[in-house]
Amino acid sequence: MSKKTDSNIYTVLFAIGMVVVVGTLLAFTARALSPIITENKRLEKQQNILYAMGINNNDESSAVFVSTKEAPELFSKYITKQLVIENGVAKEDNEAFLIDLKKDKAEAEGDPSKRHLPLFVGEKDGKTFYVAPIYGKGLWDAIWGYVSMDKDMVVQGVYFDHKGETPGLGANIKERFFMDDFIGEHLLDDSGDFKGITVAKGNADPKNKDKTDNEVDAIAGATITGNGVTEMIKSDLRLYVPYFQTLKNN
Amino acid sequence: MGLLSKKDSKLITDPLADNNPITIQVLGICSALAITAQLKASIVMAISVMAVLAIGNVVISLMRNIIPQKIRIIVQLVVVAALVIIVDQILKAYSYQLSKTLSVFVGLIITNCIIMGRFEAFALGNSPWRSFLDGIGNAAGYGLILVIVGFFRELLGSGTLFGFKVLGDPIEKTGLYALGYENNGFMLLSPMALIVVGIIIWVQRSRNKELIED
Repeated sequence: MSKKTDSNIYTVLFAIGMVVVVGTLLAFTARALSPIITENKRLEKQQNILYAMGINNNDESSAVFVSTKEAPELFSKYITKQLVIENGVAKEDNEAFLIDLKKDKAEAEGDPSKRHLPLFVGEKDGKTFYVAPIYGKGLWDAIWGYVSMDKDMVVQGVYFDHKGETPGLGANIKERFFMDDFIGEHLLDDSGDFKGITVAKGNADPKNKDKTDNEVDAIAGATITGNGVTEMIKSDLRLYVPYFQTLKNN
Repeated sequence: MGLLSKKDSKLITDPLADNNPITIQVLGICSALAITAQLKASIVMAISVMAVLAIGNVVISLMRNIIPQKIRIIVQLVVVAALVIIVDQILKAYSYQLSKTLSVFVGLIITNCIIMGRFEAFALGNSPWRSFLDGIGNAAGYGLILVIVGFFRELLGSGTLFGFKVLGDPIEKTGLYALGYENNGFMLLSPMALIVVGIIIWVQRSRNKELIED
């Protein structure tokens, strides 16, 4: 006994109808919500940059951003300059904020002279902070972060985030116990050459007392995400070294 | 039970124990292994699956008489994927921080075999109300195992529960660690989740011999 829902014509028509209905629904939702989502992302970026500079509402153990309401105001208060470094030349550009690192990286095709490197210069309590965004890949998907440094490339604070690392393992890169380890860590070695910071397994310094060893302690079960963090710090922050050298010479 | 008839309330209670989707039907193992390293992640996943499964079951049940037999699996997949994506978009717009916590689970929810399994086995042949209860029950059974596994993995692997250091500080050597106790890092890796699930299955079957298959 065959029902009417078994016929080929019905099946094809149903499939077409379903695609149209679901497609319309998804397209409509995406269009209707995209301005709000873009705005959320913009605020989040400001919160991240402020976080790396140490402007946050952290409680004892967890990372807490400044509220989205305060973020724009605090951002314009603390961030004094937005720079774009192009082929070693830095110029002020208030659109630095809008640079999409992923896109810029892809368009430069591995040629560092073609990159547009955003750098946010901030002042807090008389101290100057240089905040650079970094972007790389973890185990499953993209990871990114913001690193704030002083003029000697000593890390003052970091914020890491990820798109889809494993909860409880790789996702822990955005937890305080990992991010706080970077504070005070040197990016240059003793002779002043760029060395980056390695997320190291079997680190002999788990309490991270030694700030000049260019190493922080890795997270158990998150080796590939940790390697991704090492890699993005090394490859992206290296590009800022010439700028920091010009700072020194002035 | 005034609200639910006996038959209906069985839909909720059965999956919690004797017809548990993970330990008896052995569905949804993949996500159970992936996200149970922390108790908090387990609970978030359990609640998300409950919402998707309950709503999805109702939608499929409402459509059960018009879905063509030949493409029913595809229809089910489209329904669950569309549901999850719309919910994710709404959260992104109105509760951005929550959506960031959940976004990593989205892929895991869509591919969760419990969801497809319940659509196929139950919602296609039952009324919306019963399908709704079935969804809640199965998600609760799934969540129960997730929480048990998450509890042991976080406690033995990291020495914490919900991120609180319940066994003392492993670096400062306080609490249990002062006595020479060490965290078992292996608990954080997926294979240990499988072993913990195995132990739960073993305990459950040795208590209820009827569950043992020949």
